[in-house]
Amino acid sequence: MSLTIDRLEEEFQAKIDAGHNIEPKDWMPEKYRKTHIRQISQHAHSEIVGMLPEGNWITRAPSLRRKVALLAKVQDEAGHGLYLYSATETLGISRDELFEQLHSGKAKYSSIFNYPTLSWADIGAIGWLVDGAAIINQVMLTRTSYGPYARAMVRICKEESFHQRQGYEIMLTLCRGTQVQKDLAQDALNRWWWPSLMMFGPRDADSTHTEQSMKWKIKRKTNDELRQQFIDITVPQAEFLGLTVPDPDLKWNEERGHYDFGEIDWDEFWQVVKGNGPCNKERLDARRSAYENGAWVREAAMAYAEKQEQKRLAEVG
Amino acid sequence: MSTKNWPLWEVFIRSKSGLEHRHVGSLHAADAKMAMENARDVYTRRQEGVSIWVVPSSAITASNPEHSGELFEPAQDKAYRHPTFYDLPNELKHI
Repeated sequence: MSLTIDRLEEEFQAKIDAGHNIEPKDWMPEKYRKTHIRQISQHAHSEIVGMLPEGNWITRAPSLRRKVALLAKVQDEAGHGLYLYSATETLGISRDELFEQLHSGKAKYSSIFNYPTLSWADIGAIGWLVDGAAIINQVMLTRTSYGPYARAMVRICKEESFHQRQGYEIMLTLCRGTQVQKDLAQDALNRWWWPSLMMFGPRDADSTHTEQSMKWKIKRKTNDELRQQFIDITVPQAEFLGLTVPDPDLKWNEERGHYDFGEIDWDEFWQVVKGNGPCNKERLDARRSAYENGAWVREAAMAYAEKQEQKRLAEVG
Repeated sequence: MSTKNWPLWEVFIRSKSGLEHRHVGSLHAADAKMAMENARDVYTRRQEGVSIWVVPSSAITASNPEHSGELFEPAQDKAYRHPTFYDLPNELKHI
C-alpha cells in the first residue's frame, strides 16, 4: 500500500460525507475507533448499570401487571447492553477489557443512574423522562456512521417505546389517584427533571467532543439541540398529567418556537460525573460484586464445554 | 479451573418461514447449546424469529474490504447480465 495516512483519512472522510457507513473491517482513523469504543461502551455500561435503580422496585411493584412490565423492561436493558457490548467488540476490544474499564471506574456510564429510586413514582418518572431522553438521543444514533452501532440502535429504539409508555402510564395512574399519589408523582418529577436534562451532556460551548463527532457523523445533532427537543416534547406531557415542571424560568417562546428554560446546575453535573453523586459507589459496588460472584459460573461453564469437546474428539478419533 | 473467556458466536435468525436467515448480531457463550439459549433470550424476546442459527465467529471467513476492488471487478463491465441491456420495442408486453 503506497497510500499515506493523510490520503486514507481523506478517503475516509469522503466516504462519510457521501453518507456511507463504516463497517468493522474498513480502514478507520485510530481516533475514530477510540472515540467509538469510548462512546459505545459508555452506552453499554449505562444500559447495564441502568438495571440497578429499577431492579430496586421489582419486588415491591404494586401489582402483578406492573411487576411483569418492569421485569420485561429490566430484561430489555440487559439485552441492550449486550447488543452494545457486541458492537463495541467489533472495534477490537474484548468484553473483559470493557468490564475492567467499568469496574475500575475508567469508563463512565450515564450519570442519571447515580440517583436513587426512593418511591414507586420514580419508576414512572424514569420510564417517562429517562427513557424519553434516551430515545431522543438513540433515534439520532440510528443514523450514526458506524454500521454495528447504528444497527444496534435500530433494535433498541424499537424496544424503548414500550419503556416510555409504561412509565407514563404509571405517572398517569398516580396523577389520577389520591392526593398522596399525586404528590408522589410531583416529587418524582421534581427530582428527575434536572438530571434528565443533564443526560444530554454539557452545553455545546463546553463539549469537547461535539465538533469532531459531528464531522464524523457519530452525532447528527448537538447536545443543546437534543436537550431543546426533549424539553419541547416533554413539557406538554407534564401539563397533561397536571404536574408542574420544577423550573421557574420555563416559558414558551413564541418567537423561537421553543421553550426557554432555566440554567442547569453544572456544578452538580460535574460532581456526579466525577463520582460524587448520591449512588456512584453503590452502583459500582453492585456491578463488581455481581461480576466477581459470577466468576465461578463462567469458569464452570467453560470447563464443562471444554470437557464435552474433549469427549467428542476422543469419540471421533 | 479455566479462566478462558467464553468464545464469540454470530447469530442468524429466520423471522418467518419462507424468508432466509439473517445476521442479527453476536454474543458470548461457552458452547453451542448455551449460545442457542442466549440467542433466544437476547434476540427473540418479541417473537422476532422461528429459527435460529448460531455459528462460532472464528468459523467465518470474511472478504477483506481492502481487496474489494479486485474481488468484485469481474462483475463491473458485464452490463449484458442485466435485462435493461436488451433493446426491445415499447409496444411489446409482458417481457
